[in-house]
Amino acid sequence: MSMKTKRLFATAAMLAAAGVLAACSPDAGSQSNASASNGGNDTTGNKASNCTNTITKKDLPVVTFWGWYPNMQLVVDNFNKQNNEVQVCWTNVGQGGDEYDKFQTAISAGTGAPDVIMIEADRIPTFQIQKALVDIKNYGFDAVKANYSDGAWKDVSIGGAVYGVPVDGGPMAMIYRKDVFDKYKITPPKTWAEYEQAAQKVKDAGGPLFGDLGANVPAVMMALQIQKGATPYTYDPAQPESIGIALNDQASKDVLDYWGSLAKKGLVGTQDQFTPEYISGVVNGKYATYISAAWAPGYLTGAGVGKGKDTGKWAVAPLPQWDAGNPVQVNWGGSAFSVTSQAKNPELAAKAAYGLYADDESLKDGWTNQIIFPLNLKALNSPEFVDLKVNFFDGQQANKEVYVPAANAYTGMTYSPFGQYYFDSMTKQISAVIDGSVTGAQAADRVQEDVANYAKEQGFTVQ
Amino acid sequence: MGHAVLDRPAHPPLPSIDPSEPTMTLLIEESASSTQEKAHKARGKVRLREHLMGWLFVGPFGIVFLAMLIAPLGYALYLSLWQKKLIGGTSFVFLGNYVKAFTDPTFLSGVWFVVRFSLVAIPLQILIALAMALIVDAVTSLFTRFSRLMVFLPYAIPTVIGAVMWGFLYSKSFGPLTDIFGLFGAPAPDFFSKNLIFYGLINVVTWQWAGYYMIILYAALQGIDPSLYEAARMDGAGKWQIALRIKIPLIAPALLLILVFSLIGTLQFFNEPQILRYLAAGTIAPGFTPNMYAYQQAFGLANFNYGSAISFALGGIVFVCVYAFLFFTRKRRSFF
Repeated sequence: MSMKTKRLFATAAMLAAAGVLAACSPDAGSQSNASASNGGNDTTGNKASNCTNTITKKDLPVVTFWGWYPNMQLVVDNFNKQNNEVQVCWTNVGQGGDEYDKFQTAISAGTGAPDVIMIEADRIPTFQIQKALVDIKNYGFDAVKANYSDGAWKDVSIGGAVYGVPVDGGPMAMIYRKDVFDKYKITPPKTWAEYEQAAQKVKDAGGPLFGDLGANVPAVMMALQIQKGATPYTYDPAQPESIGIALNDQASKDVLDYWGSLAKKGLVGTQDQFTPEYISGVVNGKYATYISAAWAPGYLTGAGVGKGKDTGKWAVAPLPQWDAGNPVQVNWGGSAFSVTSQAKNPELAAKAAYGLYADDESLKDGWTNQIIFPLNLKALNSPEFVDLKVNFFDGQQANKEVYVPAANAYTGMTYSPFGQYYFDSMTKQISAVIDGSVTGAQAADRVQEDVANYAKEQGFTVQ
Repeated sequence: MGHAVLDRPAHPPLPSIDPSEPTMTLLIEESASSTQEKAHKARGKVRLREHLMGWLFVGPFGIVFLAMLIAPLGYALYLSLWQKKLIGGTSFVFLGNYVKAFTDPTFLSGVWFVVRFSLVAIPLQILIALAMALIVDAVTSLFTRFSRLMVFLPYAIPTVIGAVMWGFLYSKSFGPLTDIFGLFGAPAPDFFSKNLIFYGLINVVTWQWAGYYMIILYAALQGIDPSLYEAARMDGAGKWQIALRIKIPLIAPALLLILVFSLIGTLQFFNEPQILRYLAAGTIAPGFTPNMYAYQQAFGLANFNYGSAISFALGGIVFVCVYAFLFFTRKRRSFF
């Protein structure tokens, strides 16, 4: 053999070895997943190399973190500056569903998840049931317990265990166009019956659509159903295999029928929300109201609503009620920071989860820009926050008048451990209600059947 | 052995004394038998070496092929035989997931959609591609060269970007449709509605792929010997007759090729509806096409097992469709 051949052979052997290793690695991964989801290998230094932020205190241990708040960079920098125990390495892997898909894949793979992750409260049971989240009650909960309301803790807890640190909430309200309301001489409706009457009045006078029923925001429909008295899920953490599913009770049917009839009468639009189409409609005054959460103004401002000639045209009123005498406040969205079971050092990760977005500077940046409606009582109770004259609402004291009372009256809810499937099913049926192929009541029945079947298939006993 | 003969000049079978090949020299010194035997032995060594060289050349491809295609396929097949429940853990179900898939209305409606879609989209794309190719082939001018580029251009645009672009073109607020239909006092069609999404997607796919198929057909047309046309003309054939009786039959293999390509591609429809889902989640459900359903099951709902089963079920359907298609066109081709 010539030298050349030898070298070739050696290279080939190396390649082959590499190939064998590559082929084996998925197996190795799934094995480590089966044996211990905590994983054992210390790759902290390796993973921390692709942070979006710059870590200046290089000798400290690093915790990896996924999150998507628009001011995340600032929040992470503030934390790292103030903390001398641990540093956070932050990446934005996508917003909402995109991030959950990646997290879900990492859970199934048994590797690749961050130590701390931002998730919406309604997803916590979905990941908790897969044992992907860590109970952080023993890692410093008592020190920060008083910083959040009981309702806020309830949304991130299952049984006695705490699976996240509340960050922001989404108390719901009705955002409306003052100019449209003035033009058609209507006052903010206090009940849903008044909402429909006002919508009819504006339509008869040739005005714009009064609101929007978006098939892609099932969480809004769920919140509105809960407002009328629905209890979609009942769930005893002591018996995780048994779940109560009630998605077609009278309240759920009524609310779907109500919105279905508004759409059928042409009083509200049927445009998917968060799309350029919808935003441009909002910018151009196509919708008189927007039933949404406290974080919506920040989102709309970011999308260019309420600027230029639109300045000062928006105002906010409490969410219309079914029974004005017994108002019920509900929530849409809002997020928490959870520690994942892939965290190498859960205690250290919990320190980051508790500390991130909890300093005054970050919180203030969040609420002044209306990126978050803070759940941290330091901010929530501060006069500065409560009395804020909100630019988007033309100086209206939106927090004091609407959002803070709504947040205080919110009592928390129980979410399902298969949130994604439930929301997909809802989207499908809301879409069917919109095109008129089913009534709201039939849609509720179908969602119930669909979700209950899925639950059974997943091994639950459905009550 | 053909290769060995060809290789011989580079690797002489009879050992020559070459200081640059110390191994070979050593080999000769060690061998103490007759020259004939020596030659025989050396030839054996050479044959082995040539085999090795062959494997070495195939190696890099083979390793990547095994590691990146065969191994994941095998793993997915393995996964598809198991079921993982949120409560109760993982269990072996053998073909249970496949039975479920073929009785799952969401999967079946997705399959029905891509089959219907193929039946409309593929003939349409190929007719357009064929017509364009024949025109560009028959007429040589600056304009046809320019239009050849223009028709091909959409293929150079990534499908995702193409889908986003069409998403805006279909938009009632941003797109031109409202203005165009407004000229006639008609409301613009909503291509994101349940009734029209089918045609909206047909349009996107045709726009994207017709140019690519045209280039393949055009290349095949360029490969035809021009003397055939001359002979046809002498026999009194007109331009139409040349196109229909000579050109099309001669490019039948290329037509068949793109038919198979487009059939496979269309049955695996994914990119465009997945992107347009962000604009029309109500119309395009997660189970809109089988591939989207597999994606949703695996990455949205963590049902990797059922997702793998759907992928293999779809693979089976694609195989059956393509096989049936090739079977039927075999007779057709002998007609050409």
